[in-house]
Amino acid sequence: MTPRPIRRLKPPLDERSVRRLKVGDFVSITGRIFTARDKVYDMALQLFRGGKRMPLNMRGGVVYHCGPLARKIRGAWQVLSAGPTTSARLDRMQVEFVESTGVRALVGKGGVGEDVARELRRLGCVYLAFTGGAGVLAASAVERVEKVLWQKLGAAEALWVLYVRNFGPLVVAIDLHGGNLYLREGGGAKF
Amino acid sequence: MLSEIEFRKTIVEMFKRATTTLPSDVVDAIKRSERLERNEIATAQFSCMLRNLKLAHKLSRPICQDTGIPIFFIELGSDLNLNFDLRQALSRALDEATLAVPLRRNLVDPLTRVESLEGQPIVHINLTKGDGLRIDLLIKGAGGENWSRLYMLKPTEGADAVKRVVLFTLAEAGGQPCPPTVVGIGIGGSADAACTLAKRALLRPLDVGNDDPELAELEAQIAEAANDLGIGPMGLGGSTTVLGVHILRAACHTASLPVAIDLQCWVARRATAKLTGGRLEVETP
Repeated sequence: MTPRPIRRLKPPLDERSVRRLKVGDFVSITGRIFTARDKVYDMALQLFRGGKRMPLNMRGGVVYHCGPLARKIRGAWQVLSAGPTTSARLDRMQVEFVESTGVRALVGKGGVGEDVARELRRLGCVYLAFTGGAGVLAASAVERVEKVLWQKLGAAEALWVLYVRNFGPLVVAIDLHGGNLYLREGGGAKF
Repeated sequence: MLSEIEFRKTIVEMFKRATTTLPSDVVDAIKRSERLERNEIATAQFSCMLRNLKLAHKLSRPICQDTGIPIFFIELGSDLNLNFDLRQALSRALDEATLAVPLRRNLVDPLTRVESLEGQPIVHINLTKGDGLRIDLLIKGAGGENWSRLYMLKPTEGADAVKRVVLFTLAEAGGQPCPPTVVGIGIGGSADAACTLAKRALLRPLDVGNDDPELAELEAQIAEAANDLGIGPMGLGGSTTVLGVHILRAACHTASLPVAIDLQCWVARRATAKLTGGRLEVETP
């Protein structure tokens, strides 16, 4: 069995480049990504609902559901471990967040609910899975920390702007064509 | 006599060991699972897990950025004399480990969500005969912990109902608790006791069987059915959904059948220390 080739993605992404992706494809990312989890989503929605904008442009961007473990050494951040967090925890805010920011890819673990997956398709946003718990492997792809916004939310909840190189292998788990690796036919039929 | 300084040093060492290196029984189970998988996406997940374990060990960094919530199980000999405050020593050791390992500052007030250490760390103490001391540390990430479930079943429903609620929980959880998981199940006791049993069941190494034959049989049946769900590593599909199923039981009220479920992610972190010859030493599991 020859391993499938890894497709390289370089954000910002346009619709065409994410439409090409199919579930089961392996991809890697080189470029700028943004971390976001519960509190960043919450803050962002408060801004949007108040008619305000995010402090940075995320259009075409890649959002990584992650709360990194990092330490500051001589004034510079070093990311030690940075695996994905559970994406579905953000589901009640997911669609509004993606629509308002215009991001083209979510990276996380465990997938999103079926209804959210349908909306992501409509918005032209793919879902890429990285192995949960593989924190040091993910951190080794972080070339530099460009910025940390909203640090008052706590280091794990803040919005980290990371420059990653060959971050992967990520698996396309929800594509724009109705593919969803998290749906299992006949799953649980035995009980 | 065991000094507080020495005690704290050992606890910090337990945190370091547990968060950066998995017990050998867990690593073996992951390797065995990798060989069983036929699809490329599943094998890629296992390969990332194993590469990550090597890197974490080599760089001495936490395997997962979610360094979890720590839970201590202490077997304290009734005749043991300690000349320090055990609870305070544990909280101090948690502070020290947070800086030394380092651990992510995960603990917050449940309502204000502001960093807080109120009531932490969680400690379960069992009094034992003699003057021994055994400390088990379990590290639980939120991915698995958030899928903890308690069912108060009808007393006559029996083992079939236990199987049903465990499989239902696993099916609903899908990839979210970072499968393949270790499934802890507590049957009986009271609502709170069942939850503690389920958590304590996670302390048993994966290569040690249940010495209760009835429970061993139930564990095997649940494990087989769970792996048939097809959830697979990280929920992306495959034949390994659980690394093991561990059950503990206790007597319960004749009108109750409490069943608690506690899922531990594949980064099944734990450490043990025992007092031997006046010294508290971390054992390499």
